[in-house]
Amino acid sequence: MHTAGIDIGSITAKAVIMAEGRVIGTKIIFTGYNAGNAGRRVYDELLRELGLDASQISCTISTGYGRNSIDFANKAITEIICHGTGAHFINPDVRSIIDVGGQDSKALIVDEKGQVKDFVMNDKCAAGTGRFLEVMARALEVDLYDFGQLSLDSRKPSKISSICTVFAESEVISLISKGEKREDIIAGIHESVAARVSALASRIGVRSPLMMTGGVAKNAGVAAALEKKLGIPVEIFPAAQVAGAIGAAVIARRFGSDR
Amino acid sequence: MAESPKIKMDEKMKEIMTGYYIEAKTASETGKKVAWITSGGPVEPLIAMDVIPVYPENHGAMIGASKMGGDLCERAEAMGYSGDLCSYARSDIASAVIEGGPIGGLPKPDMLVACNNICGTVMKWYEVLARFYNVPLFIFDTPMCHTEYREESKRYVKRQVLEYIAFLETVCKKKFDYDVMAEVGRRSIQAQQLWQAVLDTAMARPSPMTAFDGFYHLALIVTLRGTQIAVEYYKDLLKEMEERVSRGTGAVPNEKYRLMWDNLPIWYRLKWLSRKFAAHNACLVADTYNTAWCRSLRYIHSEDFLDSMAEGYTRMYLNIGIDQMADTIIEMVQKYKADGLVMHSNRSCKPYSFGQFDIARMVRERAGIPCLMIESHMVDERSFSESQTETRIDAFMEMISSTPH
Ligand code: SF4
Repeated sequence: MHTAGIDIGSITAKAVIMAEGRVIGTKIIFTGYNAGNAGRRVYDELLRELGLDASQISCTISTGYGRNSIDFANKAITEIICHGTGAHFINPDVRSIIDVGGQDSKALIVDEKGQVKDFVMNDKCAAGTGRFLEVMARALEVDLYDFGQLSLDSRKPSKISSICTVFAESEVISLISKGEKREDIIAGIHESVAARVSALASRIGVRSPLMMTGGVAKNAGVAAALEKKLGIPVEIFPAAQVAGAIGAAVIARRFGSDR
Repeated sequence: MAESPKIKMDEKMKEIMTGYYIEAKTASETGKKVAWITSGGPVEPLIAMDVIPVYPENHGAMIGASKMGGDLCERAEAMGYSGDLCSYARSDIASAVIEGGPIGGLPKPDMLVACNNICGTVMKWYEVLARFYNVPLFIFDTPMCHTEYREESKRYVKRQVLEYIAFLETVCKKKFDYDVMAEVGRRSIQAQQLWQAVLDTAMARPSPMTAFDGFYHLALIVTLRGTQIAVEYYKDLLKEMEERVSRGTGAVPNEKYRLMWDNLPIWYRLKWLSRKFAAHNACLVADTYNTAWCRSLRYIHSEDFLDSMAEGYTRMYLNIGIDQMADTIIEMVQKYKADGLVMHSNRSCKPYSFGQFDIARMVRERAGIPCLMIESHMVDERSFSESQTETRIDAFMEMISSTPH
């Protein structure tokens, strides 16, 4: 049985196809302004790459902020439940998950079956999300991809005190003009994100084993800063960015066999 | 999705509230005096003196429900008030100055009565009003009751009851009638008992009403407690709810999950929220807001209304410690058999929202139910994020429905 999970985030759209309990393909594209189209596109492209036909997919679950705009999905499930299920699928020992995506960050606690027991989300503010990093990368004229690696060379991270993205951006600009090293500024930015996210995660008492999912998990600098702040190891898997879509495909498998 | 059945008394409420506001707005023609008073303030002595009580907070709720809060708050900010200030205060102050809002502003007050048993904001807010309207202000100061009602608090508050009466005698230029007062006190207690009985019908499965219905029918226990109108109204409402229970009519057509709500309603999103929960077959069966106006029944008695009222008003829900708040919520979770707690972290109301994370933790540990937090300002719709709130509610309901019941 083939199942699919589609995760429409604010920045990227992700698709995952599973067969017999294994992930057989993943795909990530930019969401753009039309969430419905992005969902269709990422799904079609992945099917094509795998040489599959839509009729072979027995069940599709959509998730992410654009979950309700995927008309070909059998059901929409929130990204909170999907990240929990996805992380549990990747590593069943995981009990806490921190997911930092484009426009929100959240922390969840799951039980031994991967069921979400509690969660918290950031409030209406871009601080502590991928969007914050994106704005800062632009101000520093660094590719977002190199952002994480660069900060690992920093010895003395700069201090970014503003929580507000707009104020933090001007703070960064003044640090640049003061001549602070780029890697130090970036490390400071990562520490600021980590501080926000760890404050959020501490509210529900995250504990080991903890996994980080979402696009920002690819940034080694944030993960390192988060580890330091929380004082516990942060596990990251290569599939971190598609954890939500994996969770959706896993749920599709259960949902499909229940129908 | 099946629509929730309509409550017949909705119409009656509209009629009474319209009449009430017309009476208040024409008070200067009929020679009656108008007092503005805080929602948790001791209103009964005003009723006994035949003064019409008017509630800026009820006005704030109307502003919110008619989605005029954002605009009025913006105007208050232009006048120099901080965006962090309670949105009732902001919208009410703005509407006083520009005579705007759903009813073109409240009738001008002859006096103001602020009781700080709900927050400290009301003191500054009423001082602003006192300067603006140039009318006398009485501040009824109720010390915080973290754990118990101490002897010194008792003496302090009781004295103020006497000062309050003296204040009313001066402003109204007539003697206070203690016999009338006793009668008003009796009616106030009776209305509160009836209101509690109405809320208790939600113990039935399915529940005949939701907390959202309560937020609407609450208006009279806030504004007209102590009058016969409120007593008669709640008798009829109780009858209607009891009939629903005996027929097995639920407010949410397929009630499957029962939730509890904490903090003020999000006035401009009542319908949206109530539909959202109903779509998940969830009924909000209890809350800490509706019950705030009958919670003091345990302290007040008709034999010595004025004395016992001092204690009742001092021990209002927002004037007690966090441990007692958690106890109250846990008691209600058990009484109404709630499967989850939805907390509105309300940027407007600091005393209500501060401590919610601690309370949530205690509820989780002691009642074993999950808690959800959603953020907004109760009247200022500019601070509401629909998609974020929707995701949280959906996820919360997915979480609850996947736990065996
Ligand atoms: S701060 Fe809270 S208690 Fe005080 S007036 Fe505003 S809503 Fe009411």
